[in-house]
Amino acid sequence: MSQTDNQGPLWEVFTQKKPGMAFKHSGSVHAYDKNLAIEAARDLYTRRNEGTGLWVVKSEDIISVPPEDAESFFEPADDKIYRHPTFFEVPKGVKNM
Amino acid sequence: MNKNLFKYILRLADNSLILGHRLSENCSKGPYLEEDISITNTSLDLLGQAEEFLIYAAEVEGTGRTADDLAYKRPEIEFYNVQLTEQPNCEFAQMMARQFFMDAFNYYLYSALKESSDSTIAAISAKSLKEVTYHLRRSSEWVIRLGDGTPFSKAKMQEAIDDLWRFTSELFEMDEIDEALISEGIAVDLKPIQELWNERVDKILKRATLTRPEDGYHATGSRKGYHTEYLGYILAEMQYLPRAYPTAEW
Repeated sequence: MSQTDNQGPLWEVFTQKKPGMAFKHSGSVHAYDKNLAIEAARDLYTRRNEGTGLWVVKSEDIISVPPEDAESFFEPADDKIYRHPTFFEVPKGVKNM
Repeated sequence: MNKNLFKYILRLADNSLILGHRLSENCSKGPYLEEDISITNTSLDLLGQAEEFLIYAAEVEGTGRTADDLAYKRPEIEFYNVQLTEQPNCEFAQMMARQFFMDAFNYYLYSALKESSDSTIAAISAKSLKEVTYHLRRSSEWVIRLGDGTPFSKAKMQEAIDDLWRFTSELFEMDEIDEALISEGIAVDLKPIQELWNERVDKILKRATLTRPEDGYHATGSRKGYHTEYLGYILAEMQYLPRAYPTAEW
């Protein structure tokens, strides 16, 4: 953090559209602690009925795959089409697949 | 027209209108983006509450004046917001102290008013309560953060609490309008609300490691339309356009 940056650490915001659905990444906020972070997230990301659930997590607590490792992480899946469940028919009553 | 009811609704409307306007002045001037948006959000909530109360006030008055007329063409002496709401934004700590005092008051007021025998007041109060519950949570957090923060932030917060304390007892003043409407079950007795307010303020100040100021001189007058020097400037800015261009439309 630079000397002039006094906005607090960065937090990632996840919102849930309806109960039971997966949380989706919405964006990020600056805040000094978790209570202020979830309040800022509420004001930024849920004021137009975007969600009924809200998570915030400190950005530095998220572990991500560094771009230089992407090859070894993801490419081995490229030629294994049989892993896709495309041979199954989705039953009619199933929503949100 | 029920003059008592009209005036009572204006008090509720004006508290939200003037505080909402004060907060809106901070739009684009927040300390950082997130706080800027939060303050503006709170302002919009308050302006929404004011609009609903003013629409009802216009209906009760029944002279053809609209909510806009009441907001934009009423003179200062006919505004009944408590003087706390018109105090200037000077410092972030002052804005938060003002907000905290008002949020705590509105929280208990609307909690009681949602049981009002006047169904419109009850409905607006029930809706507003949800918003105010969040406002109170936010302003309380800031009082605690700044009070229990650095020596510098603590000094700022204590100064803000001390400065604004003299405006707090006016929140609980009652007159013949209250008495008349309380007997009809429309208005609520502010004495128990004052007790709840005191409890809440003491609790948050304690958590914030701040000192409750001694009671001294107390400002008064808004029930009669008397205000501090600041309201005139707010109205000048707020009412300039509709007064200069009465037929202007959004």
